[in-house]
Amino acid sequence: MRRAWSTSPFPFRSGFPDPARIRREMERLFDLLEAETPSTAPAGVFPPMNVTQDGQNYYVRAELPGIDPAGLNIAVERNKVVVAGKREIPVEQDGVSYHRRERVGGSFNRSITLPGDIDPDRVEASYRHGVLTITLPKAEAVKARKISVRT
Amino acid sequence: MIREQEFAAGHGPVRSAEQTREGPVFEPPVDIYETAEGLTLLADMPGVAPEKVTIDLRENVLTLRGEVGRLEGENETEILREYQTGNYFRQFTLADTIDQSRIEATMKDGVLRLKLPKVERARPRTITVKAG
Repeated sequence: MRRAWSTSPFPFRSGFPDPARIRREMERLFDLLEAETPSTAPAGVFPPMNVTQDGQNYYVRAELPGIDPAGLNIAVERNKVVVAGKREIPVEQDGVSYHRRERVGGSFNRSITLPGDIDPDRVEASYRHGVLTITLPKAEAVKARKISVRT
Repeated sequence: MIREQEFAAGHGPVRSAEQTREGPVFEPPVDIYETAEGLTLLADMPGVAPEKVTIDLRENVLTLRGEVGRLEGENETEILREYQTGNYFRQFTLADTIDQSRIEATMKDGVLRLKLPKVERARPRTITVKAG
């Protein structure tokens, strides 16, 4: 782990702290905070989701290894997609002893608001190698279009 | 019977000397349970196709690797990123009580399942006392 403080947690070794130094340290700290703000979901958000777009569609993806995709509930409206389901990690056999249990599961109900409207009738979802991909075609009004300048 | 290679402690992105692809490498979360017959190891490696999993066993060190395929199209731009993707790498040391010649692996829906049978002599057994 990278340390926020360059030397000791309390950088003022003796006497009255030098204001310029405090300021430098504070600025450095804020820079660090900014640089290290993780772009990952806060703890407890399950499953984490990624959203991308291209000219035609929005794409919502989630890592859900080992689930039955038939058990997923995907609902869409104007500019929103709601994904609900369950990832169960059952004890596979009675009377076994676990050395490690790191895989996480649980029920979830996640709502993602998209930057623009979609065409709900043409939404498609696929599940491949444990990753759910929902393809949401953009509504005609949202699609970028080229305007040619008349001369 | 099975323990983690020391350098690979903790979760999240890890760096390894054997990394071949740029970007983060992740330790897949695992469940390991034991029965009388052996151990079962389950590892979550979403985004990895079965043919992109490599399992290597040498000198008692079991190495799991998974290579993620690219899902995003060429022209996709990011709106929200809650998770990072990258290849998977994790190593374990196996004890001699595992029958290394009979390890079986299957991969389905991003979950790797490894069966690690115990050698015969390591299995518990009950000795019946005959009346003499």
